[in-house]
Amino acid sequence: MTVHQRDWQAFVTPGKDGALHMDLAVDGITCAACMGEIERGLKRLPGIRNARVNLTSQRLAVDWAEDQTGADEIVAELARLGYTAHPFDPASQKERQDKTGKELLRCLAVAGFAGMNIMLLSVSVWSGNATGIAPETRDFFHWLSALIALPTVAYAGRPFFRSAFNALASGRLNMDVPIMIGVVLAVALSVIQTMQHQHHAYFESAVMLLFFLLVGRYLDHNMRGRTRSFAENIAALKAEVAARINPDGSVREVPLSKVAAGDLVLVSGGERVPVDGVVETGTSEIDQSLVTGESVLVPVRAGQRVYAGTLNGAGALQVRVEAASGATLLDEVNRLLEAASQAKSKYVRIADRAARLYAPLVHGAAGLTFLGWLIGGLEWQPALVIAISVLIITCPCALGLAVPAVQVVASGQLFRRGVLLNSGDAIERMADIDTILFDKTGTLTLAEPELCGPVDPGDRTIALAGRLALSSRHPLSMALVRATGSLTPLPEVTEVSGAGLEAEVDGEVLRLGSPHFCGATLQQIEQILNEVPGASLLAIRFGGEPVRLLPFRQSLRPDARAVVDHLKAQGYALEILSGDTQPAVADCAAALGIPDWQAAMKPAQKIARLEELQRAGRKVLMVGDGLNDAPALAGAHVSLSPVSAVHLSQAAADAVFLGNKLQPVADALRLSKKARAAIEQNLWISGLYNIIAVPIAVAGFVTPLMAAVAMSASSLAVTANALRLRWGEAGREARPVPDPAIEAKA
Amino acid sequence: MDVLIYLIPIALFLGGLGLGAFLWSLKSGQFDDLEGAKWRILEDDDLPDDK
Repeated sequence: MTVHQRDWQAFVTPGKDGALHMDLAVDGITCAACMGEIERGLKRLPGIRNARVNLTSQRLAVDWAEDQTGADEIVAELARLGYTAHPFDPASQKERQDKTGKELLRCLAVAGFAGMNIMLLSVSVWSGNATGIAPETRDFFHWLSALIALPTVAYAGRPFFRSAFNALASGRLNMDVPIMIGVVLAVALSVIQTMQHQHHAYFESAVMLLFFLLVGRYLDHNMRGRTRSFAENIAALKAEVAARINPDGSVREVPLSKVAAGDLVLVSGGERVPVDGVVETGTSEIDQSLVTGESVLVPVRAGQRVYAGTLNGAGALQVRVEAASGATLLDEVNRLLEAASQAKSKYVRIADRAARLYAPLVHGAAGLTFLGWLIGGLEWQPALVIAISVLIITCPCALGLAVPAVQVVASGQLFRRGVLLNSGDAIERMADIDTILFDKTGTLTLAEPELCGPVDPGDRTIALAGRLALSSRHPLSMALVRATGSLTPLPEVTEVSGAGLEAEVDGEVLRLGSPHFCGATLQQIEQILNEVPGASLLAIRFGGEPVRLLPFRQSLRPDARAVVDHLKAQGYALEILSGDTQPAVADCAAALGIPDWQAAMKPAQKIARLEELQRAGRKVLMVGDGLNDAPALAGAHVSLSPVSAVHLSQAAADAVFLGNKLQPVADALRLSKKARAAIEQNLWISGLYNIIAVPIAVAGFVTPLMAAVAMSASSLAVTANALRLRWGEAGREARPVPDPAIEAKA
Repeated sequence: MDVLIYLIPIALFLGGLGLGAFLWSLKSGQFDDLEGAKWRILEDDDLPDDK
């Protein structure tokens, strides 16, 4: 596809015994058959040591011998098999090993193993207590349990201890602090009870608690890992690489992380500009809609600034990469972004709020129990045992699962609807929303321009122009090709750089390009711009026929009107904030029936409007894709970005949605409300459980068996309630099939 | 209850064996692709390639 060579050294890492290793994101793996086809196909190449597709993450890992085949052949073979593949930049793959997930799974395995073995011994003790077990045997069993439990708690408890210590060190309370106190006290009490030859020990409670909580943690981590890896695939398939012009004149494709300020980068026609910089040579037109929101193409020539994420028109440009200098649009966006992110960190998650409420309450109750029994005339030791049993039975097993269980189920549902979450608590924040701000270009509309009005299939001139357009990678030419469905290019096309295309058909000259190039009059241009405000124009002149002007515009997302109506019916206040010109935004707002809109907005103005709304007590959802939206995305209560958005905006948004439809926005709002309700129910369930369990514990009637049953029952209740979120969702619309390949070329 | 002297070490050993097996399979990457693994059993890798 690209003429210049790719610098494979940047993507390839040395593998085992002299082989090379490469990870690729592969588009279009949908089933098991694709998996076998790719693996068998690649193994037919000489020198391939190993090729393995990971169906879960839709990635391919290849090892090959350097002297027998090359990375180019591998990608070519994949293309021949019908799969678009793009290698990962190893620099962006630091977390590929997923160390946290493996650690959690190891802890889970150890806790599970220990829990089963201790339970085996505990059940013997419990039944023995009822039937007259010999005290020596019981002590022996308790010591054995201690032998298993102590190293297990030390090993499997580490994720909780670490997070609890971090929280305490920074002066906060999170759910892990009461968990740590409960587990450590339970084990310590049990050891002392064992030494004193008591009937009861709580080893199995401590280990089981860890096991349940680790299940929750692991599921939570897994769900996040899945969306992260999916997002990485999309990023890799977008081919975020730059064609660097080396000092010797050769052009090499390198990952963006390898491009430094001062490098010279080649941007071919129809490609996205990969970097911020200044044009050294070449003239072209730039589609800046992703950066400023303007939908009309802007001409650029040497000395002018271009931004990463903008789309180059027909001409090739050489761009000198610039580091941030403090005066560019990007710097302003970055500054606003930083301020906005700081303002947002004030939000406290529901789980942490519950922990703040829970810890003093439970620890206070335990303290009062201790004092109460002392005053009631008990020795301090048995009083302490009862107080600790209060802590054990209230240990936040269900509370620890209440929020993650719902988040896992809800994010799974959102994933099926094409919404990928960046942050776990986005779901709970989304449920508060009462106002939605939309960006126009690329958000309410699609990112690519489209021909306005239908094409007459019998129109010979248009059909010829469509065939001529096949020779150009200009965005408008490509839109014309899509509209006419042309397949065969015209022969002998000459390209006039920065102006248009020319070819000879039946002895007559056919021109396609800028209105000026085809000789359109200002009057004509004005007339058509009045009809279609904010359009980009492409002109056609065929021989002696009059010049024809075709208006192009980003069309609305196919279901935009329906979704907007639905959201209005739900009582959300809607507003459009666009960087585009007045007439274009007015037209779009009228088509969607949104009366509140503002046009020609700078990033600072967008965020000012956002703050104004937030001061008025509104909870704002921002939906946007452009660089100019990034600060507002970071500053809003919660934010969504389409997958075609620029990198910075996607990183600033709480969630990314796939596909051409706007429906995921409505789905996300609806599901988050359901999830929020389920989280609240779960908190009530665990609260109710404590209301029942605490008096029994305070009275001193609690046994380890009761603790075990109560813990499992409440955890199961909370998990089952979370699974209820799936009800009624199965029949709804299936997940839109993402097409990163099309977006990559866009 | 003398039998416990044999039974408990045996129980712990067998449980430990299971744990060891799981940790080994985790380390050797068998849990990396659960989605793919369930389909791979249906593949006819052992048949000669007829293409």
